[in-house]
Amino acid sequence: MNKLSQFTFGALLALGTVTAAQAGTLDDVKKKGFVQCGVSTGLAGFSAPDDKGEYKGLDVDVCKAVAAAVFGDATKVKFTPLTAKERFTALQSGEVDLLSRNTTWTLNRDTAQGLSFAGVTYYDGQGFMVRKSLGVKSAKELDGASICTETGTTTELNLSDYFKSNGLKYTVVALGSNSEAVAAYDSGRCDAYTTDASGLYATRIALAAPDDHMVLPEIISKEPLGPVVRQGDSQWFNVVKWSLFAMVAAEEYGVTAANVDEQKASSANPEVKRLLGAEGEFGTPMGLPNDWAYKIVKQLGNYGEAFDRNVGAGSPLKIDRGINALWNKGGLQYAPPFR
Amino acid sequence: MAKDGAGAGGAPRTSLLYDPAFRSIAFQIVLLVAVLFVGWYLFHNTTQNLASRNIASGFGFLGQPAGFDIIQTLVPYGQSATYGEAFVVALLNTMLISAIGIVLATIIGFIVGIARLSSNWIVARLATVYVETLRNIPLLLQIFFWYFAVLRALPGPKQSLSPFEGMYLNQRGLYMPVPVTEPGFWTIPVALLLGIVGAIAVSAWARKRLMATGKPFHSFWAGLGLIIGLPVLAALATGVPFTFEFPELKGFNFQGGVVLIPEFMAVLFALSLYTASFIAEVVRSGIMAVSKGQTEAAHALGLRQGLTLRLVVIPQALRVMIPPMTSQYLNLLKNSSLGAAVGYPELVAVVAGTVLNQTGQAIEVIALTMAVYLTFSLIISLFMNWYNARKALIER
Repeated sequence: MNKLSQFTFGALLALGTVTAAQAGTLDDVKKKGFVQCGVSTGLAGFSAPDDKGEYKGLDVDVCKAVAAAVFGDATKVKFTPLTAKERFTALQSGEVDLLSRNTTWTLNRDTAQGLSFAGVTYYDGQGFMVRKSLGVKSAKELDGASICTETGTTTELNLSDYFKSNGLKYTVVALGSNSEAVAAYDSGRCDAYTTDASGLYATRIALAAPDDHMVLPEIISKEPLGPVVRQGDSQWFNVVKWSLFAMVAAEEYGVTAANVDEQKASSANPEVKRLLGAEGEFGTPMGLPNDWAYKIVKQLGNYGEAFDRNVGAGSPLKIDRGINALWNKGGLQYAPPFR
Repeated sequence: MAKDGAGAGGAPRTSLLYDPAFRSIAFQIVLLVAVLFVGWYLFHNTTQNLASRNIASGFGFLGQPAGFDIIQTLVPYGQSATYGEAFVVALLNTMLISAIGIVLATIIGFIVGIARLSSNWIVARLATVYVETLRNIPLLLQIFFWYFAVLRALPGPKQSLSPFEGMYLNQRGLYMPVPVTEPGFWTIPVALLLGIVGAIAVSAWARKRLMATGKPFHSFWAGLGLIIGLPVLAALATGVPFTFEFPELKGFNFQGGVVLIPEFMAVLFALSLYTASFIAEVVRSGIMAVSKGQTEAAHALGLRQGLTLRLVVIPQALRVMIPPMTSQYLNLLKNSSLGAAVGYPELVAVVAGTVLNQTGQAIEVIALTMAVYLTFSLIISLFMNWYNARKALIER
């Protein structure tokens, strides 16, 4: 074989691996020893680095739950901070294994963009924040206002829909990242700032004078936020989907981080036994150890605990459970049966 | 590597193999085939991967409704606008800021560059400080400075500064009156066009006369008179066929008139001041490249300082300046993409930002964006090469 054809063959092999590397995300993750998780560049309560530089939040806990399910160790996660603009490309190109970054589940994203939403971590809706001095009590009074938002999100589209359907005029200032959008609003460039309601609360407490600002009562859209994986890898999709369900189911059956050992050993409820791997073989078909859900709850607690610690009563955000309560408590969070 | 390539094909050993002309052609063909093959393979691999991941491909999305709004649109961009129209709007916004930026940067750059060579100590030092400060601070920071620091200092809409009647400056932008056309308005642009044509003709005639008789004619003032005078005359003759629409404070903001948004102003200031610092150095180097003997000869002929600069030094300096100037123009065009950071709706913000995110078709969208910058850059290069060839020393 002469040098030229060696070179061509080598190049072919190198390029050929591009196709081969997409086989099974779960196998790839196991091989490299950690989950590469795409999170936001900083949204308090969902994914933001704390004062020690460690990522904390509800979205972060989903990443950790997946790591706990796969490795039995919630710390085997590496985080990639992504802006709204970068997130899908990073996932599509394989830069991250999982995107858990307050991302809205929409039809177009779920189909045409090669993505699969693996569930809903937080049911949200878009709202507005204004200065109290503006004297506005409702979003319907925002005729002629200039509104700051982050580019590359569903908020830009909802904004257009809402103002058009209400016959109101507005100007949109769409900035490159959330922190710049907030800075522009704070500097007085805009009358209002819009994003998901959870984001508004998180942003408001981070402003210099939170009491000068208020969130308007209108919620103008449905924003189910959840983890996203690449389409066409149902094994990995199932791992992420059921990791989330395991946390919800644990809350429903009263399994917490504190009592999980006791429940596993002596629960009378067969569903709990199946969930925690004391009965049956439910991990193996997914390619996981049988105690995968036990590891999640042991290390991260159930969905309610994670909610409370990150965004709920136990956090500075103090967001009410609202529609994020369990289905049997008037909310929408519901896990299919573990059997 | 290439030498072995042709020899090992198992071809019979003929004298053709040792023919240098044949060998050089054969290698080029082999290389071309290899390049084409790699290109085809990359394309094929990409389309396969896109298909296997169920990611839509193709440019069909350009006809789909966009569903988002853009703050600055030079052409109508309505409720049912498509991604294609959003692309055009973004394209025009990029062209607008680049074109104005290039003109401003050139003017400021020339002034600062000449000032740096001034015999006035303070003027020269000020110009040095300008160049050394602005060219050594990253452009993105300068854009942030103008957008966040300067904007914050401006008053809100209700306390707007009003430097002139009907003109308002606040955090939401600079609001100005806009002429509203009435029937008969068409005469004014036509008169303007005639004025421009007239000015060109006068300048050509003046040049011819100067060459033939040596008598100068102030074609600049005559041209300016034509360009301004003719439209004014046309307006007066048709009874001023336009009125001004003044911006008015309604609700939260001013409505009506025309507005320069702060994003536009911040990016424009930062881009032109930054690029001007480089252009100033290009101008200075160009002037210093002209030998001092030229200036002395011009002085000996009795030309005054201004005329020496305009007629002797600058024309020769231009030859040195044009190629680096082209690079600066290209840089300015490409740097305008930084406007995305402060929400100026140019190509990267709208197309490679919002459109990419709503459609998820990264490859097509990025390819489209890159193609636009490439095309614009090549057009600027072609124009500057033409101008360079025109200004080059023609040996007779």
